[in-house]
Amino acid sequence: MGFKGRDVISIRDFSREEIEEILRASRRMIPLAEGKKTSHALDGKILTLAFLEPSTRTRLSFEAAMARLGGSCVTIADPAVSSLRKGETLHDTIRVLSSYGDAIVLRHPNEGAARLAAQASAKPVINGGDGAGQHPTQTLLDLATIEEAFGTLSGLRVVLVGDLKYGRTVHSLAHALAIFGSEIVLCAPPTLGLPAEVREHLETIGAKVTVEDELSRAVRDADVLYVTRIQRERFGDEREFAKVSGSYRIDRALLANAKPKLAVLHPLPRTGEVAPELDDTPHAAYFRQAFLGVPVRMALLALLLTGKVP
Amino acid sequence: MTAARELKITPIKNGTVIDHIGNGLALEVLRIIGIDEIDKDSTVSVALHVRSQKIGWKDIVKVENMELSPRKANAIALIAPTATISIIRDFRVREKRAVDLPDRIVGILKCPNPSCISNQREPVESEFDVVRRRPVVLRCIYCERLVDDFHPHAA
Ligand SMILES: Nc1ncnc2c1ncn2[C@@H]1O[C@H](COP(=O)(O)OP(=O)(O)OP(=O)(O)O)[C@@H](O)[C@H]1O
Ligand SMILES: [Mg+2]
Ligand SMILES: [Zn+2]
Repeated sequence: MGFKGRDVISIRDFSREEIEEILRASRRMIPLAEGKKTSHALDGKILTLAFLEPSTRTRLSFEAAMARLGGSCVTIADPAVSSLRKGETLHDTIRVLSSYGDAIVLRHPNEGAARLAAQASAKPVINGGDGAGQHPTQTLLDLATIEEAFGTLSGLRVVLVGDLKYGRTVHSLAHALAIFGSEIVLCAPPTLGLPAEVREHLETIGAKVTVEDELSRAVRDADVLYVTRIQRERFGDEREFAKVSGSYRIDRALLANAKPKLAVLHPLPRTGEVAPELDDTPHAAYFRQAFLGVPVRMALLALLLTGKVP
Repeated sequence: MTAARELKITPIKNGTVIDHIGNGLALEVLRIIGIDEIDKDSTVSVALHVRSQKIGWKDIVKVENMELSPRKANAIALIAPTATISIIRDFRVREKRAVDLPDRIVGILKCPNPSCISNQREPVESEFDVVRRRPVVLRCIYCERLVDDFHPHAA
């Protein structure tokens, strides 16, 4: 299956078997990510982090992943200092930056930027999020979290809650869940539903997709609640925003009759969608999810740079 | 045999005839050809709503002094899958082929997503995968947006 030298642009580029292999490798990275074991698997390797749009967590978790494997990073954390501001094309920027290290992570405000970067770069490119587009390492860590909680990614009932229109993480997650044969339940405010073409795509790959407007009903036999942020800027009217966001709030009362193993995921940061009172319940999977970003990225880096995991 | 009636409109010495275009689609076809590609001293004739044995009513486009590239010929299949392309040299049909929608469309359509990297000032052409053929659905290889409403631009 060969991961060495590959680009990671979209979750679509990976088969079910390949995703399984990455998740297996990620599990092996957990003791290393926790600092219980050490590794020098990426000794002497350099990862270039080109964050042409700010994102602290994604960047720091890549830096941590690289450090845990003995490698190092060179980083653009602030787009204002980059030469792109001086009118250089992304194509040229990537061409230059890719020659400084062994792989490159790109975060960029325009959709498709990572695909273009992969054409410009002789080294593997990892998409660290491109505008409203793809964010495949987020999808992989979402999957790792669900798999860790249930031991499988198949046959689950996963409710996607909140902004399913602009929330970039849910489209790729839904695609991945579909290829693993889990059921997808959509629960979104009327103006923030899943785009028709995304739903159509899910159906063409054989996904079982249903819509449930009532959150309390959706929760009833859910295995996973994947909650996304509803952003204020999607609403003209402050009161309308308050009303909608209030009705998609996950708290103890809502989960009173949920399955005992129900896992609540959230890409974080949260703004109010998930009540802090859930944090110390067994339902809260979101902090674990954030942590798993490190071993998942370690696994990917090891596979791309050396073809194997330590 | 060439119908004398059709020929009477615009016999050309050298050029391309796009025949059997679905009724009303000739102007879309012209947009794919790209008006600025056409030699400025040459004539383009468009016949709308012509009786056709094969497809009921059809449109025809004839462009003087230009031989349509295979890339554009295939892109015409996006909107006019029944079209036939004849290359005319010295008043005679020298080559004739049906249009054939390829698996990838390069440089003909603009991605409808304004924030797509292919619409920024980057040295790349637009590029789409054909993900469905009837009706045609394309996916931008950059932003992955699905497109079923085509707005060709001269590329
Ligand atoms: N010298 C020419 N100038 C302009 N148009 C021409 C010329 N020669 C042929 N054509 C046109 O090119 C197309 C193909 O010519 P052809 O002689 O193969 O026609 P046909 O027998 O009607 O074929 P078809 O089965 O494709 O309709 C027709 O639309 C015809 O009118
Ligand atoms: Mg004819
Ligand atoms: Zn695009």
